[in-house]
Amino acid sequence: MNATLQKPSRTRALIVLFALLAVLAIASVFYLALGRYYVPAGTVARILLAAVPGSAPVSPRWQETEWIVVWLVRLPRLLMVVLAGMGLALSGACLQGIFRNPLVGPHLVGVSSGASFGGVLAILLSLPAAGVVGLAFAFGMLALVMVFGLSRLAGRAGILSLVLAGVIVSAFFGALVGLTQHLADPEAKLPGMVYWLMGSFAGADWKKAPIIGIPTVAAGIVLLLLRWRINLLSLGDTDAAALGVKVGPLRWGVLVLISLIVSAQVSVSGGVGWIGLVIPHFARMLVGPDHRALMPASVLLGGIYLLVMDCLARNLTSLEIPVGLLTALVGAPVFAFVFWKTQARGWGRD
Amino acid sequence: MTEKSIAFEGLGFSYDRGRSVLQAYRGEVERGKVLAILGPNGCGKTTLLKLIIGALSPQKGTIRVEGRTAFVPQLFQVSFSYSVLDMVLMGRAHRVALFSVPSAEDVKAARRALEKLGLADLAERPFDELSGGQRQLVIFARALATEADILVLDEPTSALDLKNQGVILEWIRRLSREQGLTVVFTTHHPQHAHAVADATMLMLGERESLCGPTGQVITEENLHRLYGVVFKRIPFQVEGTSAETFVPIYSGLG
Repeated sequence: MNATLQKPSRTRALIVLFALLAVLAIASVFYLALGRYYVPAGTVARILLAAVPGSAPVSPRWQETEWIVVWLVRLPRLLMVVLAGMGLALSGACLQGIFRNPLVGPHLVGVSSGASFGGVLAILLSLPAAGVVGLAFAFGMLALVMVFGLSRLAGRAGILSLVLAGVIVSAFFGALVGLTQHLADPEAKLPGMVYWLMGSFAGADWKKAPIIGIPTVAAGIVLLLLRWRINLLSLGDTDAAALGVKVGPLRWGVLVLISLIVSAQVSVSGGVGWIGLVIPHFARMLVGPDHRALMPASVLLGGIYLLVMDCLARNLTSLEIPVGLLTALVGAPVFAFVFWKTQARGWGRD
Repeated sequence: MTEKSIAFEGLGFSYDRGRSVLQAYRGEVERGKVLAILGPNGCGKTTLLKLIIGALSPQKGTIRVEGRTAFVPQLFQVSFSYSVLDMVLMGRAHRVALFSVPSAEDVKAARRALEKLGLADLAERPFDELSGGQRQLVIFARALATEADILVLDEPTSALDLKNQGVILEWIRRLSREQGLTVVFTTHHPQHAHAVADATMLMLGERESLCGPTGQVITEENLHRLYGVVFKRIPFQVEGTSAETFVPIYSGLG
């Protein structure tokens, strides 16, 4: 955090952030421990500590199977889940800020739909996993380029034309996803497409981790550095410009970074919705609307939320539930509650 | 030769639907002077201000603005419930690097601006819980915090009670006289222009404006031409000094 949040809110924000960090750490240990093959939390902690560079040597008081389950199976999945949750929540917080609308999520800019189409197209063409990732990423970015082009065609670079362009591009790629499913072999390929679209981290491994890790960390750091600028963009185009902000380039820069994060997430785990919409509301209730505190809080809350959801997805039933279904199932009523609470507190007064 | 702070020539602008708002406007403001802009609703006052602050680009003609501008909009709505201090702090944007956040010095400057307008007690209050008048004062404080060379105010007294109208007018005069700031403000009150403006511009039509020393521009005839309402000049004495004001006479109201 920085030194210029006002004292009471700064202290509160710091306490909340440290508490969230602690919850994330504890939840991570439980995530690594729980599953069909149970590994005691103490053993998980020892396996992790042994890998810390410069740490005192720890005698390997664990079975090789436990090490394989923790280190090769669950840890890469944990990292991917946490990074996806963090990235989506951060994207949602930024988008709600720059669009001045608390009902906006990453689906708005069309990137999720574009990436989804890329993924199902790769499955239709029987491409390997790398092809799914590559096409999802490529079409996610193409969607953003189309949104940019459409909003320019409208002749104005304002928020409304951008939102409308996002809706059009989302609908277009949504239709293409439907068409691809219609053309797919109903026995050989359609089930794979449907499962992928539901969103799941079941295929997580160390090879896929950098695909989501590198874009999410790189773009996320830049977005966090821009957190005070999001406050300025949230004032609206005219006012932000009057304060000396180069509104157009800054907003498009933020959108490109968000698209990188969302494309990376969709490419490795399919459609995981509601996080970008719901989590910033929770974060706002905890630390207030200032994006200097809101964005870091959203990052941590998003990581925790998806971690818990994926833990449930793995352990609730004998057959793993796609986590995208759970986030939607839980997200909708939770959002209704948050929306009701925030309305009561005065959203919409303006 | 007097240094110009703002100068525009042949200025034209129209919105998407093709309706022309300004055509071939010309005007200028000397450094450290106050310019009042009067005109009926929809004549393009706010558009002209947006062209001055650079939020809009002229479609015809040229505009030259020497120095950094700070803008106080007429209406101010926020989507998020930022504190009053956070709102004023945003006036420091030009001093904060792209990937940085405001420094402790910026916070001090924001608090100083609030204190100047007697708003220090509101610092931690949510901005969207303030009255319209308080919001207008806070946004004026934000403009002070920018430490800009040119202050551009869109009907800065429209939501204020009579006492606070006086506070803002007094600040406009002080910023110009004591700190050498150029101030441009729009208003529907000829007496406000008369009280503080060195020069006044009347926006008579798309192509036609009248700009000059306030005492010469604000007359009963010109105001009648501007608004289509009869005005009466009322001379009076205040603390031994001759002054005058203009009162609209609404016929048919008894």
